[in-house]
Parts: sequence; structure tokens; C-alpha cells
Amino acid sequence: MDMADRGKELLVLQNLKKHYPVTRGFLMRQAGVVRAVDGVDLSISMGEALGLVGESGCGKSTLGRVILRLEEPTSGDILYRGDSLLGLSRKEMLAFRRRMQIIFQDPYASLNPRLTVGRIIGEGLAIHKVGSPAQRMERVRSLMEVVGLRPEYASQYPHEFSGGQRQRIGIARALALHPELIICDEPLSALDVSIQAQVINLLQDLKEEHGLTYLFISHDLSVVRHISDRVAVMYLGSILELADKSELFDHPLHPYTRELLRAIPLADPREARSRRRRHGSGLPAEDPASGGCRFAPRCSQALSRCRKEAPMLREISARHWVKCFLYNS
Amino acid sequence: MNAPLLEIKNLQTHFFSERGAARAVDGVSLIMERGSFLGIVGESGCGKTVMALSVMGLIQSPPGRIAGGEILFEGRNLLALPPDEIRAIRGKEISMIFQEPMTSLNPVFRVQDQIIEVLEQHRKVSRKAAIEATRKLLHQVGIPSAEEHMRDYPHQMSGGMRQRVMIAMAIACEPKLIIADEPTTALDVTIQAQILDLLQELREVYRCAVMLITHDLGIVAEVADRVVVMYTGRIVEEAPVVDLFEKPLHPYTQGLMRSIPGSRASRGKKRLEAISGVVPSLFDLPRGCRFNTRCTYAFERCFVEPEPELLTVEKGHSVRCRLYEG
Ligand SMILES: Nc1ncnc2c1ncn2[C@@H]1O[C@H](COP(=O)(O)OP(=O)(O)OP(=O)(O)O)[C@@H](O)[C@H]1O
Ligand SMILES: Nc1ncnc2c1ncn2[C@@H]1O[C@H](COP(=O)(O)OP(=O)(O)OP(=O)(O)O)[C@@H](O)[C@H]1O
Ligand SMILES: [Mg+2]
Ligand SMILES: [Mg+2]
Repeated sequence: MDMADRGKELLVLQNLKKHYPVTRGFLMRQAGVVRAVDGVDLSISMGEALGLVGESGCGKSTLGRVILRLEEPTSGDILYRGDSLLGLSRKEMLAFRRRMQIIFQDPYASLNPRLTVGRIIGEGLAIHKVGSPAQRMERVRSLMEVVGLRPEYASQYPHEFSGGQRQRIGIARALALHPELIICDEPLSALDVSIQAQVINLLQDLKEEHGLTYLFISHDLSVVRHISDRVAVMYLGSILELADKSELFDHPLHPYTRELLRAIPLADPREARSRRRRHGSGLPAEDPASGGCRFAPRCSQALSRCRKEAPMLREISARHWVKCFLYNS
Repeated sequence: MNAPLLEIKNLQTHFFSERGAARAVDGVSLIMERGSFLGIVGESGCGKTVMALSVMGLIQSPPGRIAGGEILFEGRNLLALPPDEIRAIRGKEISMIFQEPMTSLNPVFRVQDQIIEVLEQHRKVSRKAAIEATRKLLHQVGIPSAEEHMRDYPHQMSGGMRQRVMIAMAIACEPKLIIADEPTTALDVTIQAQILDLLQELREVYRCAVMLITHDLGIVAEVADRVVVMYTGRIVEEAPVVDLFEKPLHPYTQGLMRSIPGSRASRGKKRLEAISGVVPSLFDLPRGCRFNTRCTYAFERCFVEPEPELLTVEKGHSVRCRLYEG
């Protein structure tokens, strides 16, 4: 990344949707749709880490896959440096893929067990025919050093590594083609805390040194708080709140964001005991599909209006966006 | 009746394979009083689940075997009891909640029938009374419209609901001790917070003791009174929860505290101070202190002399580390 580019928009999502058909019975008749991603507007600036949080099933991974066009969106647009990705042919898309990489949650499942670590990390280089085989090997060795793996391990197989080491292999593979954007989909949740901290530090160092941009997906709000510059809160397919990290954590506006933040374990027994909260026994409510706010059935502050119409994502104060009628004065 | 509720003395649980014996639990001793809330923390593979399964009498043999020690429940050594007496205690006096409720709920039976079975097995109750009790239990663990959901099969429920059903089963016989092994790891933070509330409430209502196993120090800070930190099958530190978070003594505990974003020890730091290296394999433990491969304070004696015993540094606060020897 050019220093001059820092802060410019790298990726813009416009009213992006991904709906899956739900089929029932023997004839596989379509019985409805899962609105996994349901109208997301979001932009990511160069060099920033955007955290994406939300409960299981809210559409975080689907959004990641659609951005990389591992799946086609149902509607909406994805702009990369101002150009739409959706009009691109397969071949053009392949060239773009180099710039965008993904690191998956499960360091065990995402590495091919039959390939050596060197082959896994160098796979992208080989596909894109970058350099000679000897040059590729050299690049693999230097990537291994970058992520803190000994280069002499290149001829070993994934099962010979620990969870944290495997996640480093995944990171080295993602870095091989000098990407600009890395989508990290729960990259830490399979790791122990001490290893988690090593990988968090590595991701931060790489961001500083290589000017990487991250979309960092996680349901762990403490990790997101540590690593992100801005945070987006997602609920049933759409963004309910978006703000700079400190603003979001210090002044959460949306009732859902507040509920999420209250639920974070504090790692501080005195503080935890003094706040001794009660968390409503409210289980996630079914989707009303009534055209109202999708959080309304679960919201303790819902107004009658909230059940009838859906609010828009609006900028309430500088860089702080929220989708809620409570702030629609 | 002066015996503590649970006392584990020098427990040894080993697994045997062609690679040799893995001492998954290697000399654990601890005491739990009635109505107490004990947190057990440690990273993957340090022996938390094996210790719990040992208490429950659920170690598969082979490959596993309890090779030594005693597990005293109200003064009676569970390891010396005949199988039918153990069965009478397990599920009634001590019950366990597992990490993945799907593996411990039977997928082909309705939720109500599984709870009723527990009730009928341990208490002489009529079918009608058991159904009524089940309804009450499901209501108590916060399943909305329990009536409707009683007849659900487990797969028809969300993860949070299934975990509630597990808890309902675990409290069905008003046990004196509940062992919860990572009961919220697979759940969203919001549901996790509700389940933790529920565990605390149950303890207030029934005065049962809870042993909560987790790798998440944040959870322990929220709910436990005392905490045990394990490393490679051994306890390395034990303390009241406030002491542990305010004055962690073992370099491993200190490292864990600094590793978690948002903790007192890491707050405001741009970089986390990660513990270097990884947990050693049980087949390849270092000589001397088992943490010496990752410890920044280790000195010569930590490498050449045997691992130190747990040393009581203050009332109720003990640590296995040479830094605190006289
Ligand atoms: N291929 C698919 N076909 C049908 N429905 C799908 C498909 N993939 C995802 N979904 C549904 O879309 C919704 C969003 O799923 P997604 O995996 O994106 O959630 P997530 O936020 O990543 O959750 P988690 O935190 O559990 O990973 C869910 O309801 C899921 O069941
Ligand atoms: N059935 C078994 N056969 C052989 N070894 C086993 C068996 N069960 C556990 N072990 C070994 O015992 C050790 C302790 O395992 P245990 O499951 O108690 O860890 P844990 O602390 O619960 O970890 P986690 O946080 O991953 O659940 C591990 O090294 C594990 O490989
Ligand atoms: Mg996901
Ligand atoms: Mg376990």
C-alpha cells in the first residue's frame, strides 16, 4: 500500500444481499428464504482494521464469502478501489483474488493434510506462476520467518504442528501474494489464550509493516476491541451500528450493542461483582419478517413504530452510524 | 459431617498407549466446601476434563486408569465404592454438564422423556409427578413456554436451549455438586451471560456447589469464589478469585492474565504480552519445573531440581514455583 492511499476507501459494499432458498419436503419446494445478508452498506478504508461482530448465524461468514465472490450475491454491489467486482469475468476475478485473502477459523480443516507446509504456503504463488520454483521456495521460506515458523519445517505436514502454528501457516499462505485486504473469519477461536495472544500480535505487526487492511470477523468482543480501528455490529443480516472502536465501546447506542457489551465477561472480579447484572432471559426471537426492525421482537425499548417499519442506518454523530428509531429525532 | 463436600487427594489418572503412559492428571489435590463455586482454568490438554470425568467415575478403561489417589465425597472414597453405589451418587448427588449438549442428549427421545428418566431413576416418583416436575424444571432454567418445548426433540432447539435442558437434567435431583465442563464455550456471549446467571441462581436457591471448568478467565472472574489454575495435569496455583486476579503469583498465571485482551493486566496496552512457546507434550515433559520452557524468570534450580510442591504463600493462596521459596 502506498502511504498516500492510507484512509482512502478500499472496499465499498452497497446494499449487498445474499438470500438462500429454504426448501422443504421431498419435492424440495421452496418454502421461503434465509436472508443471511440483507442489505449491507459498509466501506473499509485502506490500512484499517474493521471488526465485524454479532451472534452466531447473523451472516458474518456469508458476508466474507460474498465479498471474495466465493458465492454470488443475490443483489447489491461490491466496489474495490472504485470498480465493481460483480461485472468481472472469471479470469479478471482471479487477478483480483490475489489482492484479497481469507484466513479461516479452523486451522485444522483449512489446510490440506496431504501437502507439505511449503507446498501449502506456496500454492498461490504456483497458481499465479510467480517467479521460478527456486524463487518461490525462497519466498515461502521468508514468509515462514515473517509469521514465526522455522523455515526448515517447510517439508513437514500440517498434522505435525500445533493449533497456533497451523494458524500461522494459514496466515503465511494468505500473505504469499502480497494481498491488500485480508478477511479474518474467527481466526483465533480454535486457539488457547496464550497462543491467541501470539497470533493477535502477529496480525497487528503485519498490519503495521505491510499496511494491510483487515475485515476481522469475531464473536469475541474483547479481541475485536483490541485489534480493530472501527467496529460494525451485525444482527440478522444487517448492520445495526458502526463507529470508531472507542466510540462504540464507550458510547454504544443501539439496544442490541448495549446488550452485547453488557454480556462480555470482565476478567475483573471486583468490577464484575459490583455490576452484578441480570441478563434478560430473552432467547433470540424468531424473525417476524413483518417489515419492521428485525431486532424489535427482542428489544426492551421497542416502540410501536419499530414493529411496522424498518429504520435506516443513519449517521447520528461524526462517524457513528446507527439503525434505530430511538435516535431518529 | 465435618468432612468437606469433595476432597480430591493426589489424584493420578493416566492413559496408556504404545507411546507410553500419559499422566493426564498427575497429583491433583483440592477441597470443595458445600455451596462453594470453584473455577478450574487452564489451556487445552491440561487435564480439566479428565479430572472431572474421574470424579464422575466415567474414565474409559482401557485406555485410561485411575492410578492413584482418593476422591472423597462427604468423606466416602468414591474410588473404593462398588459400581452400583457410584451409580446412585452419579446423577443424584453429583451431576455433570458437558460442553456439547448434543453429545449427551439422546437425539431420538423427546426432551421431557430424558428428564423424566433421570427423575424416575433416582427418585421414586409417579409418572404424573415426574411430568409436573419436568415442567417446573424447564421453566426454572428459563425455557419460555415450557409446555410447548417439553415435547421437542433436541435438534429442534437452539444451542442455548439445549444447554438449558442439560442444566435442567443436572439439577433434577437437587444434587450437592454440579460439575460444568465448558458449559458456554459453544454459545454466544449473550446466551453465555444468561447461563452463567442461571448457574449462580441455582446455587443460591439449592445451595449446591459448582465446579466450573473453562479456559476463559473472564468467566471465572464473573462467577467463581476460588480458582484453580492447571498446567500439564497439575495445579500450579490456587487462590480466592480476587487474589488471583489482583496478585497472580505463578509466572504462567501472570502470563495468562496478560494474554487476554481487556484484562486488568493488558488493558490499554497496544501489544499483548504473549507467553512464548507452547504447552509441552505429556510424553515429552521438560525436566524440573514443567513451565521452565516458557518461563522468563526460570533460573538454574528450575531446570535441575524436581518441580516444587504447592507452597502456601498466604492464607488460601498457594503456588507451585521456586520464586516464592523462603
Ligand atoms: N449455503 C447455505 N444455505 C442455506 N443457508 C445458509 C447457507 N450458508 C449460511 N446459511 C444461513 O445463513 C445464515 C448466516 O450464516 P453465517 O454462517 O454467515 O453466520 P455467522 O454469522 O458466520 O455465524 P457463526 O458466528 O456461527 O459463524 C444462517 O442462518 C445460516 O444458517
Ligand atoms: N481417552 C483418552 N485417551 C488418551 N488420552 C487422553 C484421553 N482423554 C484425554 N487424554 C489426554 O489427557 C490429557 C488431558 O485431556 P483433557 O481432555 O482433560 O484436557 P482439558 O484440560 O479438558 O482440555 P480442553 O480445554 O481442550 O478440553 C490430554 O493430553 C489428552 O490428550
Ligand atoms: Mg461464521
Ligand atoms: Mg476439556
